Amino acid sequence: MSYTAGAGSTESGYSSDEIMAVEAARRLRNDDVCFVGIGLPSLAANLARRTHAPGCVLVYESGTIGAKPARLPLSIGDGELAETADSVVSVPEMFAYWLQGGRIDVGFLGAAQIDRHGNLNSTVIGPYDSPKVRLPGGGGAPEIATSVENVFVMLRQTRRAFVERLDFRTSRGDRVRVVVTDLGILEPRDGELTLVRVHPGVRVDDVRAATGWELAVASDLGETTPPTDDELAALRTLEAA
Amino acid sequence: MAEIVTLAEAVRELVHDGDTVALEGFTHLIPHAAGHELVRQRRRELTLIRMTPDIVYDQLIGMGAARKLVFSWGGNPGVGSLHRLRDAVEHGWPVPLELEEHSHAGMAAAYVAGAANLPFGVLRGYAGNDLVERTRVATVTCPFTGEELAAVRALRPDVGVVHAQRADRHGNVQVWGITGVQKETVLASRRSLATVEEIVDELDERPGAIVLPSWVLDAVAVAPGGARPSYAHGYYDRDNEFYVAWDAISRERDAFADWMQRHVLEAVAA
Repeated sequence: MSYTAGAGSTESGYSSDEIMAVEAARRLRNDDVCFVGIGLPSLAANLARRTHAPGCVLVYESGTIGAKPARLPLSIGDGELAETADSVVSVPEMFAYWLQGGRIDVGFLGAAQIDRHGNLNSTVIGPYDSPKVRLPGGGGAPEIATSVENVFVMLRQTRRAFVERLDFRTSRGDRVRVVVTDLGILEPRDGELTLVRVHPGVRVDDVRAATGWELAVASDLGETTPPTDDELAALRTLEAA
Repeated sequence: MAEIVTLAEAVRELVHDGDTVALEGFTHLIPHAAGHELVRQRRRELTLIRMTPDIVYDQLIGMGAARKLVFSWGGNPGVGSLHRLRDAVEHGWPVPLELEEHSHAGMAAAYVAGAANLPFGVLRGYAGNDLVERTRVATVTCPFTGEELAAVRALRPDVGVVHAQRADRHGNVQVWGITGVQKETVLASRRSLATVEEIVDELDERPGAIVLPSWVLDAVAVAPGGARPSYAHGYYDRDNEFYVAWDAISRERDAFADWMQRHVLEAVAA
Protein backbone atom coordinates (compact mmCIF):
# COMPACT_ATOMS: atom_id res chain seq x y z
CA MET A 1 0.00 0.00 0.00
CA SER A 2 1.13 3.53 -0.59
CA TYR A 3 -0.11 6.59 1.16
CA THR A 4 0.28 9.41 -1.28
CA ALA A 5 -1.05 12.79 -0.29
CA GLY A 6 -4.42 13.39 -1.81
CA ALA A 7 -5.35 9.74 -2.31
CA GLY A 8 -9.09 9.57 -1.82
CA SER A 9 -9.23 13.31 -1.25
CA THR A 10 -12.53 14.69 -0.14
CA GLU A 11 -13.97 18.10 -0.84
CA SER A 12 -12.79 19.13 2.57
CA GLY A 13 -9.22 19.08 1.31
CA TYR A 14 -7.69 16.07 2.99
CA SER A 15 -7.73 12.35 2.27
CA SER A 16 -9.05 9.57 4.44
CA ASP A 17 -5.48 8.35 4.94
CA GLU A 18 -4.54 11.81 6.14
CA ILE A 19 -7.31 12.09 8.73
CA MET A 20 -6.43 8.59 9.96
CA ALA A 21 -2.75 9.53 10.34
CA VAL A 22 -3.61 12.81 12.05
CA GLU A 23 -6.09 11.19 14.46
CA ALA A 24 -3.60 8.47 15.42
CA ALA A 25 -0.79 11.01 15.81
CA ARG A 26 -2.91 13.14 18.16
CA ARG A 27 -3.16 10.20 20.54
CA LEU A 28 0.61 9.87 20.97
CA ARG A 29 2.17 11.71 23.90
CA ASN A 30 5.55 13.32 24.10
CA ASP A 31 6.80 10.71 26.59
CA ASP A 32 5.45 7.67 24.76
CA VAL A 33 7.67 4.87 23.54
CA CYS A 34 5.97 3.60 20.44
CA PHE A 35 6.36 0.39 18.42
CA VAL A 36 5.82 1.29 14.78
CA GLY A 37 5.13 -0.62 11.58
CA ILE A 38 5.41 0.59 7.98
CA GLY A 39 2.54 2.45 6.33
CA LEU A 40 -0.04 4.49 8.21
CA PRO A 41 1.44 3.82 11.69
CA SER A 42 4.85 5.06 10.56
CA LEU A 43 3.22 8.11 9.02
CA ALA A 44 1.25 8.82 12.21
CA ALA A 45 4.17 8.35 14.58
CA ASN A 46 6.51 10.50 12.51
CA LEU A 47 3.83 13.18 12.27
CA ALA A 48 3.48 13.20 16.05
CA ARG A 49 7.25 13.74 16.36
CA ARG A 50 7.02 16.70 13.99
CA THR A 51 4.07 18.32 15.74
CA HIS A 52 3.10 18.02 19.40
CA ALA A 53 5.26 15.08 20.51
CA PRO A 54 8.89 15.65 19.47
CA GLY A 55 10.05 13.47 22.37
CA CYS A 56 8.05 10.42 21.30
CA VAL A 57 10.45 7.47 20.91
CA LEU A 58 9.96 5.45 17.72
CA VAL A 59 10.91 1.78 17.87
CA TYR A 60 10.81 -0.29 14.67
CA GLU A 61 10.78 -4.06 15.13
CA SER A 62 13.88 -4.51 12.98
CA GLY A 63 15.85 -3.33 16.02
CA THR A 64 16.06 0.44 15.69
CA ILE A 65 15.34 2.25 18.96
CA GLY A 66 14.76 6.00 18.90
CA ALA A 67 14.73 6.27 15.12
CA LYS A 68 14.35 9.83 13.81
CA PRO A 69 13.95 9.33 10.06
CA ALA A 70 14.08 12.46 7.89
CA ARG A 71 11.93 10.67 5.31
CA LEU A 72 9.41 7.85 5.63
CA PRO A 73 11.14 4.45 5.62
CA LEU A 74 10.33 2.10 2.73
CA SER A 75 10.47 -0.91 5.00
CA ILE A 76 11.55 -1.64 8.55
CA GLY A 77 14.99 -2.57 7.15
CA ASP A 78 15.59 0.93 5.80
CA GLY A 79 19.10 2.20 6.57
CA GLU A 80 17.58 5.59 7.37
CA LEU A 81 16.20 4.03 10.57
CA ALA A 82 19.53 2.54 11.62
CA GLU A 83 21.45 5.74 10.88
CA THR A 84 19.12 7.97 12.90
CA ALA A 85 18.47 5.59 15.81
CA ASP A 86 19.80 6.02 19.35
CA SER A 87 20.58 2.31 19.35
CA VAL A 88 20.31 -0.61 16.96
CA VAL A 89 19.77 -4.02 18.54
CA SER A 90 19.30 -7.53 17.18
CA VAL A 91 15.84 -8.89 16.52
CA PRO A 92 15.95 -11.38 19.43
CA GLU A 93 16.97 -8.54 21.76
CA MET A 94 14.18 -6.34 20.40
CA PHE A 95 11.47 -8.89 21.13
CA ALA A 96 12.92 -10.18 24.43
CA TYR A 97 14.37 -7.17 26.25
CA TRP A 98 12.35 -4.32 24.81
CA LEU A 99 8.94 -5.69 23.85
CA GLN A 100 8.40 -8.55 26.33
CA GLY A 101 10.47 -6.57 28.83
CA GLY A 102 7.54 -4.18 29.01
CA ARG A 103 9.41 -1.10 27.80
CA ILE A 104 6.98 -0.09 25.04
CA ASP A 105 3.92 2.06 25.80
CA VAL A 106 2.08 2.05 22.50
CA GLY A 107 1.98 -0.51 19.72
CA PHE A 108 0.27 0.03 16.38
CA LEU A 109 -1.46 -2.86 14.66
CA GLY A 110 -3.37 -3.29 11.44
CA ALA A 111 -5.21 -6.37 10.21
CA ALA A 112 -7.51 -7.82 7.60
CA GLN A 113 -10.28 -8.42 10.13
CA ILE A 114 -11.29 -7.10 13.54
CA ASP A 115 -14.13 -8.14 15.82
CA ARG A 116 -16.09 -6.12 18.38
CA HIS A 117 -13.58 -7.04 21.09
CA GLY A 118 -10.58 -5.77 19.17
CA ASN A 119 -9.27 -9.25 18.35
CA LEU A 120 -7.43 -9.14 15.03
CA ASN A 121 -6.85 -11.48 12.10
CA SER A 122 -3.87 -11.01 9.81
CA THR A 123 -3.37 -14.72 9.06
CA VAL A 124 -6.01 -16.19 6.70
CA ILE A 125 -9.39 -15.56 5.14
CA GLY A 126 -11.26 -18.86 5.15
CA PRO A 127 -10.16 -22.06 6.90
CA TYR A 128 -6.50 -22.23 7.97
CA ASP A 129 -5.79 -25.48 6.12
CA SER A 130 -7.46 -24.44 2.86
CA PRO A 131 -7.55 -20.65 2.94
CA LYS A 132 -9.38 -18.51 0.44
CA VAL A 133 -6.70 -15.88 0.99
CA ARG A 134 -3.39 -16.58 2.66
CA LEU A 135 -2.38 -13.30 4.34
CA PRO A 136 1.20 -12.45 5.41
CA GLY A 137 0.64 -13.57 9.01
CA GLY A 138 1.03 -12.16 12.47
CA GLY A 139 4.72 -11.19 12.57
CA GLY A 140 5.16 -9.20 15.73
CA ALA A 141 1.45 -8.75 16.40
CA PRO A 142 0.71 -11.64 18.82
CA GLU A 143 3.25 -10.41 21.37
CA ILE A 144 2.78 -6.71 20.66
CA ALA A 145 -0.89 -7.19 21.57
CA THR A 146 0.01 -8.70 24.95
CA SER A 147 3.20 -6.78 25.84
CA VAL A 148 2.46 -3.09 25.29
CA GLU A 149 0.08 -1.16 27.53
CA ASN A 150 -1.85 0.46 24.70
CA VAL A 151 -2.65 -1.01 21.32
CA PHE A 152 -3.73 1.45 18.61
CA VAL A 153 -5.41 -0.15 15.60
CA MET A 154 -5.57 1.60 12.23
CA LEU A 155 -7.94 0.02 9.74
CA ARG A 156 -10.30 1.05 6.96
CA GLN A 157 -13.87 0.37 7.97
CA THR A 158 -15.77 -2.07 5.74
CA ARG A 159 -18.07 -5.04 6.37
CA ARG A 160 -15.33 -7.33 5.11
CA ALA A 161 -12.93 -6.05 7.75
CA PHE A 162 -15.26 -5.38 10.69
CA VAL A 163 -16.72 -8.83 11.17
CA GLU A 164 -18.99 -10.60 13.61
CA ARG A 165 -16.61 -13.55 13.73
CA LEU A 166 -12.91 -13.68 12.80
CA ASP A 167 -11.70 -16.41 10.46
CA PHE A 168 -8.60 -16.66 12.63
CA ARG A 169 -7.49 -14.91 15.80
CA THR A 170 -3.93 -13.68 15.30
CA SER A 171 -3.84 -11.36 18.28
CA ARG A 172 -6.06 -10.66 21.27
CA GLY A 173 -7.90 -7.43 21.76
CA ASP A 174 -7.94 -6.70 25.47
CA ARG A 175 -5.31 -3.95 25.23
CA VAL A 176 -6.82 -2.22 22.20
CA ARG A 177 -7.51 1.35 23.37
CA VAL A 178 -8.59 2.89 20.09
CA VAL A 179 -9.46 1.92 16.54
CA VAL A 180 -8.86 4.72 14.03
CA THR A 181 -10.75 4.16 10.80
CA ASP A 182 -11.46 6.21 7.70
CA LEU A 183 -14.97 6.87 9.04
CA GLY A 184 -14.44 7.58 12.72
CA ILE A 185 -12.99 6.53 16.06
CA LEU A 186 -13.95 3.46 18.08
CA GLU A 187 -12.98 2.88 21.69
CA PRO A 188 -13.77 -0.01 24.01
CA ARG A 189 -16.65 0.74 26.37
CA ASP A 190 -18.25 -1.95 28.52
CA GLY A 191 -16.08 -4.56 26.83
CA GLU A 192 -17.07 -3.70 23.28
CA LEU A 193 -15.73 -1.38 20.59
CA THR A 194 -18.05 1.63 20.51
CA LEU A 195 -18.25 4.44 17.99
CA VAL A 196 -17.21 7.60 19.87
CA ARG A 197 -16.39 10.00 17.00
CA VAL A 198 -17.34 10.29 13.37
CA HIS A 199 -15.10 12.14 10.94
CA PRO A 200 -16.51 15.35 9.40
CA GLY A 201 -19.13 14.57 6.77
CA VAL A 202 -19.63 10.96 7.91
CA ARG A 203 -23.05 9.88 9.22
CA VAL A 204 -23.51 7.29 11.92
CA ASP A 205 -25.51 5.20 9.47
CA ASP A 206 -22.50 5.15 7.12
CA VAL A 207 -20.42 3.67 9.92
CA ARG A 208 -23.13 1.16 10.84
CA ALA A 209 -23.36 0.10 7.21
CA ALA A 210 -19.60 -0.51 7.15
CA THR A 211 -19.67 -2.67 10.29
CA GLY A 212 -20.48 -6.38 10.26
CA TRP A 213 -21.93 -6.39 13.76
CA GLU A 214 -24.59 -4.34 15.55
CA LEU A 215 -22.41 -1.32 16.24
CA ALA A 216 -22.65 0.33 19.66
CA VAL A 217 -22.71 4.12 19.45
CA ALA A 218 -21.65 6.30 22.39
CA SER A 219 -24.33 8.51 23.91
CA ASP A 220 -21.80 11.35 23.85
CA LEU A 221 -20.86 10.73 20.20
CA GLY A 222 -18.89 13.64 18.77
CA GLU A 223 -17.23 14.72 15.57
CA THR A 224 -13.50 14.50 14.90
CA THR A 225 -11.73 17.84 14.76
CA PRO A 226 -10.62 18.16 11.14
CA PRO A 227 -6.87 18.12 10.46
CA THR A 228 -5.42 21.59 11.00
CA ASP A 229 -3.41 23.39 8.35
CA ASP A 230 -0.29 22.86 10.43
CA GLU A 231 -0.95 19.14 10.75
CA LEU A 232 -1.58 18.76 7.03
CA ALA A 233 1.49 20.79 6.15
CA ALA A 234 3.69 18.66 8.40
CA LEU A 235 2.14 15.48 7.03
CA ARG A 236 2.65 16.46 3.39
CA THR A 237 6.21 17.62 4.01
CA LEU A 238 6.90 14.22 5.52
CA GLU A 239 5.36 12.35 2.59
CA ALA A 240 7.25 14.46 0.06
CA ALA A 241 10.64 14.02 1.77
CA MET B 1 37.84 -21.99 9.42
CA ALA B 2 35.71 -20.72 6.59
CA GLU B 3 36.93 -21.48 3.12
CA ILE B 4 36.69 -18.66 0.62
CA VAL B 5 35.00 -20.22 -2.38
CA THR B 6 32.69 -19.26 -5.22
CA LEU B 7 28.99 -19.06 -4.50
CA ALA B 8 28.28 -21.96 -6.84
CA GLU B 9 30.87 -24.15 -5.05
CA ALA B 10 29.53 -23.15 -1.65
CA VAL B 11 25.95 -24.07 -2.50
CA ARG B 12 27.01 -27.33 -4.18
CA GLU B 13 29.03 -28.32 -1.14
CA LEU B 14 26.74 -27.17 1.68
CA VAL B 15 23.11 -27.44 0.54
CA HIS B 16 21.52 -30.75 -0.41
CA ASP B 17 18.05 -31.73 -1.51
CA GLY B 18 15.80 -32.20 1.50
CA ASP B 19 17.87 -29.95 3.77
CA THR B 20 16.47 -27.45 6.22
CA VAL B 21 17.86 -24.10 5.10
CA ALA B 22 17.59 -20.66 6.68
CA LEU B 23 18.47 -17.72 4.43
CA GLU B 24 18.01 -14.92 6.95
CA GLY B 25 17.94 -11.16 6.83
CA PHE B 26 15.34 -9.12 8.69
CA THR B 27 14.43 -6.93 5.69
CA HIS B 28 18.12 -5.88 5.38
CA LEU B 29 21.02 -7.81 3.81
CA ILE B 30 18.74 -10.44 2.34
CA PRO B 31 20.77 -13.19 0.63
CA HIS B 32 19.20 -12.93 -2.83
CA ALA B 33 22.28 -14.12 -4.74
CA ALA B 34 22.51 -17.28 -2.63
CA GLY B 35 18.80 -17.94 -3.10
CA HIS B 36 19.19 -17.62 -6.85
CA GLU B 37 22.07 -20.09 -6.81
CA LEU B 38 19.78 -22.58 -5.02
CA VAL B 39 17.31 -22.10 -7.86
CA ARG B 40 19.99 -22.57 -10.53
CA GLN B 41 21.24 -25.73 -8.90
CA ARG B 42 17.64 -26.98 -8.78
CA ARG B 43 17.50 -27.81 -5.11
CA ARG B 44 14.30 -29.62 -4.16
CA GLU B 45 12.30 -30.67 -1.08
CA LEU B 46 13.85 -27.98 1.07
CA THR B 47 12.42 -26.89 4.37
CA LEU B 48 12.94 -23.14 4.21
CA ILE B 49 13.18 -21.13 7.42
CA ARG B 50 12.92 -17.38 7.62
CA MET B 51 11.22 -14.93 9.96
CA THR B 52 10.24 -12.61 7.11
CA PRO B 53 10.14 -14.55 3.84
CA ASP B 54 9.89 -12.04 1.02
CA ILE B 55 10.76 -11.88 -2.67
CA VAL B 56 13.63 -14.39 -2.77
CA TYR B 57 11.51 -16.94 -0.86
CA ASP B 58 8.60 -16.24 -3.21
CA GLN B 59 11.00 -17.12 -6.03
CA LEU B 60 12.25 -20.32 -4.38
CA ILE B 61 8.69 -21.40 -3.58
CA GLY B 62 7.44 -20.56 -7.06
CA MET B 63 10.24 -22.62 -8.57
CA GLY B 64 9.21 -25.63 -6.51
CA ALA B 65 12.34 -25.76 -4.33
CA ALA B 66 10.49 -26.01 -1.01
CA ARG B 67 8.17 -28.53 0.61
CA LYS B 68 7.83 -26.65 3.88
CA LEU B 69 8.12 -23.10 5.14
CA VAL B 70 8.83 -22.13 8.75
CA PHE B 71 8.08 -18.43 9.14
CA SER B 72 6.44 -15.63 11.10
CA TRP B 73 5.54 -13.01 8.47
CA GLY B 74 5.47 -13.70 4.74
CA GLY B 75 4.91 -10.71 2.51
CA ASN B 76 6.38 -8.16 0.14
CA PRO B 77 7.49 -5.53 2.70
CA GLY B 78 5.80 -2.19 2.17
CA VAL B 79 3.98 -3.56 -0.92
CA GLY B 80 1.60 -6.44 -0.11
CA SER B 81 1.29 -10.19 -0.44
CA LEU B 82 3.59 -12.77 -2.00
CA HIS B 83 1.68 -14.26 -4.91
CA ARG B 84 3.84 -17.37 -5.38
CA LEU B 85 3.58 -18.15 -1.66
CA ARG B 86 -0.17 -17.65 -1.86
CA ASP B 87 -0.46 -19.86 -4.94
CA ALA B 88 1.49 -22.64 -3.22
CA VAL B 89 -0.62 -22.47 -0.06
CA GLU B 90 -3.98 -21.84 -1.72
CA HIS B 91 -3.60 -24.11 -4.78
CA GLY B 92 -0.58 -26.33 -4.17
CA TRP B 93 1.27 -24.85 -7.19
CA PRO B 94 3.82 -25.88 -8.31
CA VAL B 95 4.01 -28.19 -5.28
CA PRO B 96 2.09 -28.17 -2.00
CA LEU B 97 3.74 -26.17 0.75
CA GLU B 98 3.47 -27.20 4.37
CA LEU B 99 3.52 -24.29 6.83
CA GLU B 100 4.91 -24.04 10.33
CA GLU B 101 3.87 -20.60 11.43
CA HIS B 102 5.17 -18.62 14.40
CA SER B 103 5.19 -15.14 15.81
CA HIS B 104 8.35 -13.05 15.46
CA ALA B 105 8.99 -13.27 19.20
CA GLY B 106 8.61 -17.06 19.10
CA MET B 107 10.89 -17.53 16.14
CA ALA B 108 13.51 -15.20 17.56
CA ALA B 109 13.49 -17.22 20.79
CA ALA B 110 13.80 -20.46 18.80
CA TYR B 111 16.88 -19.13 16.97
CA VAL B 112 18.44 -18.01 20.26
CA ALA B 113 17.90 -21.49 21.68
CA GLY B 114 19.48 -23.03 18.60
CA ALA B 115 22.48 -20.72 18.84
CA ALA B 116 22.87 -21.54 22.54
CA ASN B 117 22.58 -25.28 21.88
CA LEU B 118 19.54 -25.47 24.14
CA PRO B 119 16.54 -27.67 23.28
CA PHE B 120 13.94 -24.92 23.49
CA GLY B 121 13.40 -21.22 23.87
CA VAL B 122 11.05 -19.61 26.33
CA LEU B 123 8.90 -16.53 26.04
CA ARG B 124 5.78 -14.84 27.29
CA GLY B 125 3.92 -15.39 24.08
CA TYR B 126 1.35 -17.13 21.90
CA ALA B 127 -1.30 -16.06 24.42
CA GLY B 128 -4.94 -15.89 23.45
CA ASN B 129 -4.57 -16.58 19.75
CA ASP B 130 -5.31 -19.38 17.31
CA LEU B 131 -1.65 -19.83 16.30
CA VAL B 132 -1.03 -21.92 19.37
CA GLU B 133 -3.11 -24.79 17.93
CA ARG B 134 -1.41 -24.56 14.55
CA THR B 135 2.24 -24.52 15.39
CA ARG B 136 4.94 -26.22 17.43
CA VAL B 137 4.58 -24.48 20.73
CA ALA B 138 4.15 -25.93 24.20
CA THR B 139 3.65 -24.62 27.71
CA VAL B 140 6.24 -24.83 30.47
CA THR B 141 5.88 -23.87 34.09
CA CYS B 142 8.58 -21.69 35.59
CA PRO B 143 10.22 -23.73 38.40
CA PHE B 144 10.80 -20.58 40.44
CA THR B 145 7.57 -18.61 40.12
CA GLY B 146 5.06 -21.08 38.74
CA GLU B 147 4.30 -18.81 35.81
CA GLU B 148 3.11 -20.56 32.65
CA LEU B 149 5.26 -19.66 29.68
CA ALA B 150 5.43 -20.60 26.02
CA ALA B 151 8.19 -22.95 24.90
CA VAL B 152 9.37 -23.14 21.31
CA ARG B 153 11.55 -25.90 19.95
CA ALA B 154 15.07 -24.71 19.05
CA LEU B 155 15.71 -24.00 15.39
CA ARG B 156 18.68 -26.03 14.17
CA PRO B 157 18.89 -25.57 10.40
CA ASP B 158 21.11 -27.87 8.38
CA VAL B 159 22.40 -24.78 6.63
CA GLY B 160 22.33 -21.11 7.58
CA VAL B 161 22.93 -18.51 4.88
CA VAL B 162 23.48 -14.80 5.50
CA HIS B 163 24.70 -11.87 3.46
CA ALA B 164 27.15 -9.40 5.01
CA GLN B 165 29.09 -6.33 3.99
CA ARG B 166 32.66 -7.60 4.18
CA ALA B 167 35.05 -10.38 5.06
CA ASP B 168 38.79 -10.41 5.51
CA ARG B 169 41.09 -12.89 3.77
CA HIS B 170 40.77 -15.30 6.70
CA GLY B 171 36.99 -15.42 6.30
CA ASN B 172 36.07 -13.31 9.32
CA VAL B 173 32.78 -11.67 8.39
CA GLN B 174 31.68 -8.16 9.40
CA VAL B 175 28.03 -7.08 9.48
CA TRP B 176 26.60 -3.72 10.48
CA GLY B 177 23.39 -1.73 10.39
CA ILE B 178 20.28 -3.78 11.09
CA THR B 179 21.76 -7.16 11.96
CA GLY B 180 18.48 -9.00 12.52
CA VAL B 181 18.94 -12.66 13.44
CA GLN B 182 22.01 -13.25 11.30
CA LYS B 183 24.35 -14.11 14.18
CA GLU B 184 21.84 -16.52 15.70
CA THR B 185 21.22 -18.13 12.29
CA VAL B 186 24.91 -18.87 11.75
CA LEU B 187 25.43 -20.16 15.29
CA ALA B 188 22.26 -22.29 15.26
CA SER B 189 23.05 -23.97 11.94
CA ARG B 190 25.08 -27.12 11.42
CA ARG B 191 26.70 -25.65 8.32
CA SER B 192 26.82 -22.02 7.31
CA LEU B 193 27.62 -19.75 4.42
CA ALA B 194 28.13 -16.00 4.34
CA THR B 195 28.06 -14.13 1.08
CA VAL B 196 29.77 -10.73 1.21
CA GLU B 197 29.94 -7.57 -0.84
CA GLU B 198 33.73 -7.62 -0.83
CA ILE B 199 36.85 -9.10 0.71
CA VAL B 200 39.23 -6.61 2.29
CA ASP B 201 42.69 -6.86 3.81
CA GLU B 202 41.57 -5.63 7.18
CA LEU B 203 38.19 -5.15 8.88
CA ASP B 204 38.36 -1.65 10.32
CA GLU B 205 35.97 -0.51 13.02
CA ARG B 206 32.38 0.32 12.11
CA PRO B 207 29.82 1.63 14.61
CA GLY B 208 27.62 -1.20 15.81
CA ALA B 209 29.33 -3.83 13.68
CA ILE B 210 29.46 -7.45 14.71
CA VAL B 211 32.03 -9.96 13.50
CA LEU B 212 31.25 -13.59 12.81
CA PRO B 213 34.61 -15.29 13.34
CA SER B 214 35.85 -17.40 10.46
CA TRP B 215 35.79 -20.54 12.61
CA VAL B 216 31.99 -20.49 13.05
CA LEU B 217 31.45 -20.46 9.28
CA ASP B 218 32.04 -23.12 6.64
CA ALA B 219 32.22 -20.94 3.58
CA VAL B 220 32.49 -17.31 2.54
CA ALA B 221 31.65 -16.35 -1.02
CA VAL B 222 32.04 -12.96 -2.65
CA ALA B 223 28.74 -11.84 -4.15
CA PRO B 224 28.78 -8.12 -4.95
CA GLY B 225 25.23 -6.85 -4.97
CA GLY B 226 24.25 -10.14 -3.37
CA ALA B 227 21.44 -8.59 -1.34
CA ARG B 228 19.88 -6.69 -4.26
CA PRO B 229 17.12 -5.62 -4.57
CA SER B 230 17.19 -5.31 -0.76
CA TYR B 231 19.55 -3.05 1.14
CA ALA B 232 23.20 -3.46 2.05
CA HIS B 233 23.90 -0.70 4.55
CA GLY B 234 26.91 1.35 3.38
CA TYR B 235 26.76 -0.16 -0.12
CA TYR B 236 23.31 0.35 -1.65
CA ASP B 237 19.70 1.15 -0.88
CA ARG B 238 16.65 -0.92 -1.58
CA ASP B 239 15.49 -0.94 -5.20
CA ASN B 240 11.96 0.00 -4.28
CA GLU B 241 10.74 0.03 -7.87
CA PHE B 242 11.60 -3.64 -8.15
CA TYR B 243 9.67 -4.49 -4.98
CA VAL B 244 6.64 -2.78 -6.49
CA ALA B 245 7.24 -4.40 -9.89
CA TRP B 246 7.46 -7.85 -8.29
CA ASP B 247 3.80 -7.66 -7.40
CA ALA B 248 2.89 -7.71 -11.11
CA ILE B 249 5.67 -10.11 -12.21
CA SER B 250 4.71 -12.69 -9.60
CA ARG B 251 0.93 -12.50 -10.00
CA GLU B 252 0.74 -14.88 -13.01
CA ARG B 253 2.54 -18.22 -13.23
CA ASP B 254 3.74 -17.70 -16.81
CA ALA B 255 5.09 -14.20 -16.26
CA PHE B 256 6.85 -15.43 -13.15
CA ALA B 257 8.41 -18.44 -14.92
CA ASP B 258 9.52 -16.24 -17.78
CA TRP B 259 11.13 -13.73 -15.44
CA MET B 260 12.95 -16.47 -13.51
CA GLN B 261 14.19 -18.01 -16.75
CA ARG B 262 15.65 -14.74 -18.00
CA HIS B 263 16.93 -13.23 -14.76
CA VAL B 264 17.96 -16.23 -12.68
CA LEU B 265 18.29 -19.48 -14.63
CA GLU B 266 20.14 -17.90 -17.55
CA ALA B 267 22.21 -15.66 -15.31
CA VAL B 268 25.68 -16.68 -14.18
CA ALA B 269 26.53 -16.96 -10.51
CA ALA B 270 28.77 -14.30 -9.06
